[in-house]
Amino acid sequence: MAEKVLMKGNEALAEAAIQCGCKHYFGYPITPQTEIAAYMSKRLPKEGGVFLQAESEVAAINMVLGATAAGVRSMTSSSSPGVSLKSEGVSYIAGSDLPALIINVQRGGPGLGGIQPSQSDYWQATKALGHGDFQMFVLAPSTIQEMVDFVPLAFEVGEKYRVPSMILSDGMLGQMMEPVEFPEKKDTAIAEKPWATNGHQNKRPKNIVNSLYIEPEVLENLVKERYERYEKIKAEEQRAEEFMTEDAEIVIVAFGASSRVARSAIKTAREEGIKVGMVRPITLWPFPEKAIEKTIPTAKKYLCVEMNMGQMVDDVRLVVNGRKPVEFFGRTGGVIPTPAEVLDQIRALAGKEM
Amino acid sequence: MAVVFEKTKALTDVPFHYCPGCTHGIVHRLVAEVLDELGVVGQTVGVASVGCSVFSYNYFNCDMVQAAHGRAPAVATGIKRAVPENVVFTYQGDGDLAAIGMAETVHAATRGENITVIFINNAIYGMTGGQMAPTSLPGQITQTSPYGRDTATAGHPIRVCELLSTLSGTALAQRVTVDSVKNVNIAKKAIKKGFQNQIDKKGYSIIEVVSTCPTNWGLTPEESMKWLRENMLEYYPLGVYKDIDAEGGDK
Repeated sequence: MAEKVLMKGNEALAEAAIQCGCKHYFGYPITPQTEIAAYMSKRLPKEGGVFLQAESEVAAINMVLGATAAGVRSMTSSSSPGVSLKSEGVSYIAGSDLPALIINVQRGGPGLGGIQPSQSDYWQATKALGHGDFQMFVLAPSTIQEMVDFVPLAFEVGEKYRVPSMILSDGMLGQMMEPVEFPEKKDTAIAEKPWATNGHQNKRPKNIVNSLYIEPEVLENLVKERYERYEKIKAEEQRAEEFMTEDAEIVIVAFGASSRVARSAIKTAREEGIKVGMVRPITLWPFPEKAIEKTIPTAKKYLCVEMNMGQMVDDVRLVVNGRKPVEFFGRTGGVIPTPAEVLDQIRALAGKEM
Repeated sequence: MAVVFEKTKALTDVPFHYCPGCTHGIVHRLVAEVLDELGVVGQTVGVASVGCSVFSYNYFNCDMVQAAHGRAPAVATGIKRAVPENVVFTYQGDGDLAAIGMAETVHAATRGENITVIFINNAIYGMTGGQMAPTSLPGQITQTSPYGRDTATAGHPIRVCELLSTLSGTALAQRVTVDSVKNVNIAKKAIKKGFQNQIDKKGYSIIEVVSTCPTNWGLTPEESMKWLRENMLEYYPLGVYKDIDAEGGDK
């Protein structure tokens, strides 16, 4: 068993990336993710890796595209306004069937917004980080340990299906400290990347990394093939934590930082005899439909708790599909809901129902 | 029988889609011959940019990556940093390099990114049908400057080699053209130097090729060459703007 160390979320994530073989980092400063870049700049040169502070977020994501096309594990990190700038490159990465890791340590928006924690990029991450038909594999950590554990997972799934991956974190998880343990298994990168553009050495046909297809039928077929992979990801890669859901009549759905708040409210509500539990989506895409579905038999009501104006609640409603009422509670703009606020919501729902 | 002529192996058999009189074909050929002569086709990765030359990924016989508009220097940086033994080049037009991709271009140059940039300057956006480019000449009529480029409102054309020659990371900035046998030979020599610089780890090399676009200029191939000589070369003088090998470093 490895030793536990106390680390800041952003730094723990960066260390996890280095340990799992990501030696090529391209980034640009923005609060509250800058510690990732700072940590990489300190560590990567000593690991024989590459840290490059790009001229823009736009350039950084395209450097990631180049490095990953050349066959190495590569990542970039940013916070909300910077992630918007990366959307062009992410669309090209998806359209070129490349894996790559993008970190979003979310802050309040829209526009320059604020610098406090937020979850208001849920739609961006799960529905449309860029133009065109495509999806990313999106993980939402809720602890610093998960900031560590999800890095190799994001790379592995991304490389297996050749899709971009995102870790959707937030300013709270990025800035807070918790004890973490690093996995024993280190570099998990797959060695064989027959598609890589790293020079054919006159030993194989040339490779082309490309997202341009002028013939509509050709492009349609490629997109359809990609969607077959997305269906496999939906079938095999859904992840969620089920917390006190066995008999839950009120089912809270919350991810990331807001799930931490919801968890303490649930514990108090249970002491008051309220049958409440939580489904905590770990993968935001694919959305953990199976875990939600499992709660339908006992659930009388659902409550989505988010740090936005109500984004994931759409996906919960799609799964519940009118069978039960789905309520929403959220704070936004960088405000973190308090356990007391969530408890009040639970009590109100219980009072109405029971 | 003695072989007097052979097609370069660094080009595929896919026929070029370029218009008659367009100089992309000549420049592709020169780049390919240089890759062949340096014996680096197998370790080369080319980056195609958005514009008429985007399909160059079908023509060069090395690994190729197609980049987003203007982002070729960033993509090339990623490739080069991942595998420094690779020879990496970008092939970019004037809209791509000097408008939407100017930030990427300037920063790749100032970092001394060890890549070779082939810059096609034909003073117009070709693929989208002839709009004003950052290098369109004052008074030049294009689809988006129908009354002629008015510098009072549309600004002045950018002289890329002059601009990049001020940066310490630039190893070579040379402007050439391919309107005559003599100039084709000079262009090839410059391109070869650009690649040799990369092999010798000297930094960012850019070869600007003053080029034609007969279709969007509305001229015949022959008239285009004449227009290039009479108009473009005056605003964009040929020559070496920076060569770190030359004495004193700069021109």
